[in-house]
Amino acid sequence: MVYLDHAATTPMLPAAVDAMTSQFQRVGNASSLHAAGRAARRVVEESRETLAQALGARPSEVVFTAGGTEADNLAVKGLYWARRAEDPRRRRVVVSRVEHHAVLDVVTWLVEHEGAEVSWLEVDAHGRVAPETLRAALTDGPGGSQDVALVTVMWANNEVGTVQPVAELAAVAQAYGVPMHSDAVQAIGQLPVDFAASGLDAMTVTGHKFGGPLGVGALLLGRSLAVTPLLHGGGQEREVRSGTLDTPGIAGFAAAAEVAVKSQPERAEHLAMLRDDLVQRVKVVVPDVLLNGDPDLSPARRLPGNAHFSFPGCEGDSLLLLLDARGIECSTGSACSAGVARPSHVLLATGADEERARGSLRFSFGHTSRPADVDAVVEALPAAVERARRAGLTSARQG
Amino acid sequence: MRVLAAMSGGVDSAVAAARAVDAGHDVTGVHLALAPDPKSFRTGARGCCTLEDARDAGRAADVIGIPFYVWDLAERFRTDVVEDFVAEYAAGRTPNPCLRCNERIKFAAVLDRALALGFDAVCTGHYARLVDGPAGRELRRAVDQGKDQSYVLGVLDGRQLAHALFPLGDTLKADVRAEATCRGLAVAAKPDSHDVCFIPDGDTAGFLARRLGSAPGEVVDADGAVVGAHDGAYGFTVGQRRGLRLSQPAPDGRPRYVLGVEPVRRQVTVGPAEALDVREVVAVRPRWTGHPLPGPRRCLAQVRAHGEAVPATASPAGEGVHVDLDVPLRGVATGQAVVLYEGDRVIGSATVSATVSVTVSASR
Repeated sequence: MVYLDHAATTPMLPAAVDAMTSQFQRVGNASSLHAAGRAARRVVEESRETLAQALGARPSEVVFTAGGTEADNLAVKGLYWARRAEDPRRRRVVVSRVEHHAVLDVVTWLVEHEGAEVSWLEVDAHGRVAPETLRAALTDGPGGSQDVALVTVMWANNEVGTVQPVAELAAVAQAYGVPMHSDAVQAIGQLPVDFAASGLDAMTVTGHKFGGPLGVGALLLGRSLAVTPLLHGGGQEREVRSGTLDTPGIAGFAAAAEVAVKSQPERAEHLAMLRDDLVQRVKVVVPDVLLNGDPDLSPARRLPGNAHFSFPGCEGDSLLLLLDARGIECSTGSACSAGVARPSHVLLATGADEERARGSLRFSFGHTSRPADVDAVVEALPAAVERARRAGLTSARQG
Repeated sequence: MRVLAAMSGGVDSAVAAARAVDAGHDVTGVHLALAPDPKSFRTGARGCCTLEDARDAGRAADVIGIPFYVWDLAERFRTDVVEDFVAEYAAGRTPNPCLRCNERIKFAAVLDRALALGFDAVCTGHYARLVDGPAGRELRRAVDQGKDQSYVLGVLDGRQLAHALFPLGDTLKADVRAEATCRGLAVAAKPDSHDVCFIPDGDTAGFLARRLGSAPGEVVDADGAVVGAHDGAYGFTVGQRRGLRLSQPAPDGRPRYVLGVEPVRRQVTVGPAEALDVREVVAVRPRWTGHPLPGPRRCLAQVRAHGEAVPATASPAGEGVHVDLDVPLRGVATGQAVVLYEGDRVIGSATVSATVSVTVSASR
């Protein structure tokens, strides 16, 4: 099997499996007062420290959640509600056009149900937000930045891999006194990520994108920042996120973060080598292929494990089916719950037309990827593209 | 063979896909997303293409152990089936959308894409049999007479039939359900779909009214006397008795039926039941499973999905077909398909463009 969908989820690291399995055999609620509870609490707090250290945060800034989507919801809804409660004028959310749905749909929901307004940050042809664009959004409105509840721009794009100038954007937001959140789930383990140095106020991370377990993540949240909770209950996690702490999950999450961050430089180099090789060879075997995202493949500009192509005349769906039949697993980008691929909002935001968006395919490398994976893709791709093109023509002819 | 199994999320297509696997084929499941804005859950036996149906189809594929994808054909379905349906009613005809879907979607858009992708056949859960006869692929009625769907497949030509697979044609529906249970398919007890899938509440008149707006007109009897009024002629189908809202009772007190719909004059004609009896059918756009009709031919003619097939003589007439019925058929509307059988074998089909009634030689 050639698994090239690590941006969706990546295999667990052995350290994470070990950390979790040892916890599965123990009992203890981290909120209990007895010895078993204390033991669980110790594991949770050590994990919190490990994670904080790996990500350049303070332990008190870590709010564990059940994954990236929850952390994004907590950041965007929680900051919006809290900031609006402090000053009812703050109803505007400033957000990039290329966010993951876990941010995008939250913003849309706030607009539809909570009276929010949205300022979309346009991106360039590579999917990048310019700091001047953010500055304009914070100054051009009638209320200047007074009516802004928060800014949210992802660290690196899950589809096309474009890395945002997060620190520069955060500096702009800070200059106007507006808190900024960033979804960094794709960045950890592939890029150096330091929460304190970034200047961000809130940042989303999740375990399963870098070798931790599914279903556990965290929102890194500046200590001075108030957010309105989504989940009410036992008051865990600074009363921001109630719910019994998932000790095994958290232990695995932290163990994976430690390994992923420590090995990040070598891993990035390894992923970039495979990715560069793929990009180069795909261009040879499918000469009219289009590379989406930033053509500058340096890690400051693009995730080292990301390759995202459009194959003119093909439906991404068709290519996926054909490659899947050959044992090659990749992705067409974000799928809706019915499994129907819609043209990617990210590609459309970069100015791509619908045909280019529909004919796109993402290959994402991870820690288990090998050079043979690239060989397999390069070998299978030309025939698949030819077939998919024929199938694409049949629908074009009748459509 | 490499087989693409169209899986609706219902029991029939799931068992059909499983049987294709048992027959040794390399099967891939596909759910066709046909609704532009799918609802989350299905309600009762009506409608289809909800997210729940997609999920049920995916679960069945998992149990069978085949790859599964969702193909978005909503746009094609809208233009080729839904808009066609509305336009046909607007023109005073009575279309069969299931037949159109088989003709234009399942065995056209889906089949062509499947063939281009390297598949050899499209498999569905239709109740009909395919037999390889001396003159090529034959489409025959299903063993389960009550479920037989050869009528809605009658539009398929020889090429389409050559790439079709209907594994359920030799089985009774009850046995298919039992088999689904044995196979561990959770859809075994799911209710059958009925009615028009894109009108989930079953209110065709309401659907058409929303699409076509109000177009009031007169209801007249065979002599042209005004006996009532209506909000849109498209809401009426030949043979319809209920919902006529007639202001004048019939002189003889007998029930009256819709005899004809004239959309341009917005006129609906009503009359007694016997005026519905049709002796001759003129039909256009014939599709033949084998060779076109060379001359007059004795056959059986059927004008409704589960209607009676009556002895008839079909003759070529210009681009179309003329069908003389030995026994009159009651309530034949233009736009319906007339499917011609020889015994239980489909020989072709065509779209009814005019009828000659036993009593009046009128309705178009």
